[in-house]
Amino acid sequence: MYKYIKQLFTLAGIVSLLFVFACDNMGGNQSKGKSKTLKNTQSKGFVRCGVSQGLPGFSNADASGNWTGVDVDVCRAVAAAVLGDASKVKYTPLSAKERFTALTSGEIDVLSRNTTWTLSRDADIGLTFVGVNFYDGQGFMVRKDSGITSVDDFQNGISACTNIGTTTELNMRDFFNSRGISYEPVAFEKADEVVAAYDAGRCDTYTTDKSGLAAQRTKMQNPDDHMVLPETISKEPLGPVVRQGDSVWEDIVRWSLNTMIEAEEYGITSSNADSMKTSDNPAIKRLVGAEGELGAAFGLDNEWSLRIIKQVGNYGESYQRNIADPGILPDRGPNELWTKGGILYVPPAR
Amino acid sequence: MNNKIKKIIPQLITLLFVILVFAFFSINASINMDSRGIDFGFGFLSQESSFDVQFSLIDYDGSYSYYRAYLVGLLNTLLVSFISIIFCTIIGVIIGVARLSPNYLIRNTAAWYVEFFRNIPLLLQLFFWYYAALRVLPLPEKADALLGVSYLTIKGFYIPSMIWNNLDIFIYSILASIISIIFIRFYAKKIQETKGKQIPLIYISAAILIVLPLLSFLFGNVSLSFEIPVLKKLAKTSYIFEGGISLPPELIALVLSLSLYTSTFIAECVRAGIQGVGKGQREAAASVGLTPNQVLKLVIMPQALRIIIPPTTNQYLNLTKNSSLAAAIAYPDLVLVFAGTALMQTGKAIEIVSITMFTYLTISLAIAALMNWYNKKIEIKEK
Repeated sequence: MYKYIKQLFTLAGIVSLLFVFACDNMGGNQSKGKSKTLKNTQSKGFVRCGVSQGLPGFSNADASGNWTGVDVDVCRAVAAAVLGDASKVKYTPLSAKERFTALTSGEIDVLSRNTTWTLSRDADIGLTFVGVNFYDGQGFMVRKDSGITSVDDFQNGISACTNIGTTTELNMRDFFNSRGISYEPVAFEKADEVVAAYDAGRCDTYTTDKSGLAAQRTKMQNPDDHMVLPETISKEPLGPVVRQGDSVWEDIVRWSLNTMIEAEEYGITSSNADSMKTSDNPAIKRLVGAEGELGAAFGLDNEWSLRIIKQVGNYGESYQRNIADPGILPDRGPNELWTKGGILYVPPAR
Repeated sequence: MNNKIKKIIPQLITLLFVILVFAFFSINASINMDSRGIDFGFGFLSQESSFDVQFSLIDYDGSYSYYRAYLVGLLNTLLVSFISIIFCTIIGVIIGVARLSPNYLIRNTAAWYVEFFRNIPLLLQLFFWYYAALRVLPLPEKADALLGVSYLTIKGFYIPSMIWNNLDIFIYSILASIISIIFIRFYAKKIQETKGKQIPLIYISAAILIVLPLLSFLFGNVSLSFEIPVLKKLAKTSYIFEGGISLPPELIALVLSLSLYTSTFIAECVRAGIQGVGKGQREAAASVGLTPNQVLKLVIMPQALRIIIPPTTNQYLNLTKNSSLAAAIAYPDLVLVFAGTALMQTGKAIEIVSITMFTYLTISLAIAALMNWYNKKIEIKEK
């Protein structure tokens, strides 16, 4: 009898422990004043950032494991703002399928992985999009010798390679359906597998965001054998994403991105940022931390934005370094400032 | 305290513990999902899926529901498992018997086959068959006709499809011949038990199976014609075959790698089964005057099967679960379609992953139940 009583007590002990854990989780993410994600990030000493498995220009690792790209720069900007050092980022490469689960389950804190902002993603699955760092659209790549020069040349029975778990799959259906063309979708999990299959001739066309097509073309055996068709069949605003429920962290990521774009608008670059402190323009002075108390709202010091500009650069510098210089998309198109004919327009930092 | 209660209490405690652990994880998950603004529910299954699938056994396109997409994936998984199980059994039995061949060359070739294919990870074999072997296949316009009517190309294997006239009559004729064969078997057994006479069953069965369907062609107005795939031009240098049946290269690569890989394990089961029957059994059977065929059929195989079936069941289960590697090469199985695309489009990770897990569990249990039933049937009946 004594044995069973002992067993019962052990069990009760384990169960109550489990519930203590459960209650610990019940506290939720939002403590008053300071953001829990911010607190965790600062105590860990690095920003946990989800990126792609390798998309030149957006997030791509070189041979020694250094990540570069415009998506990577958003994470570096956040690290510069909250930790003071843009290099303090831990990158997690994610497939299109894994990305949202990684974010909602708390494995990463920022998802900056050429992700399209859509209503259902924003509203349904516990995510919040904080802005747009690249305006893109879906296009098609074909072999030059196929004689296809426009989407009007597509015929019944065409096979199209793409990624699963992307808006691409849905747009493709809308596109072919609206034209009454029957097609064979061949969907792979990894981008590299899609490229390999298309390159080998499994598919007649490869479809994804046009920036992605331009970037992947550089990875093919003979990039010159392929061309991207001129048509764009969808809107694909790509931007960083955070978990729902931590509005302070959301604001930090949003304004880290906005700072980069606004800095370009005012002509502040990584090299002239310090000298801009003495500018006559109060908007510039606010942006480099010489006036106002903008950082206090997030629980950050006043030089957070200055650090972003100095360590990462403004949006234009980031674009030039990652996308234009490697020859992926030299023309900025819609990703030009609103003052120069593009649609990059961010709310004022004040 | 009496003995009965003493026995029950530890079991109750264990049960309680299991329930509490489950409750803990469910509560924890629901709290976390709540705090992250994720809803839980299966309502999404009836929503429009709005994505297309490359290859489907039932009518499907994006205007159908997620539930339909689930069925498409499930059927594709069952299809590839079914075909691969048949192939791997045939190859496995041949290789297993070959390993016991007295011929040095055959025996060692079989041994090399087994060692080679079972010691390379399945995923690598899958990539090999898909990327390396299938990629050397010609483009549709350069393909040579096999037997004049089939084309093996990089975009798939195109074979003629059969167009039946009065197919139902033909099927009835086959059913009728199967039923009459069963009756003849009963009758033959009775004759053997009462008079000790043996009837050449195999020849009679084969004759019935050929003659009856043939009669349906002659008198039942059944006819069969073939639709042969024809090359169609899509653009200046891109072609495709139209008409006939097209088997996607993903399916072929998956079936190839699954059957070659699993057949090695089945070969070993078969070899173990045959070697597991005592030498004395064979000798005793021969000494009572049975022919070598009868020895194999009446003495060796019934005993060998008892050893072969249980481990082979495991291999069938493994094969079915391994078919989920399909996702790596774009074959639209349950994992790719449902736990892949559908999960992404809906974001219902917990619901979809649990449905998928439950489905695989059900498939595996069904296969296990079927094999256990067969095992029961052939096991020693103590009288």
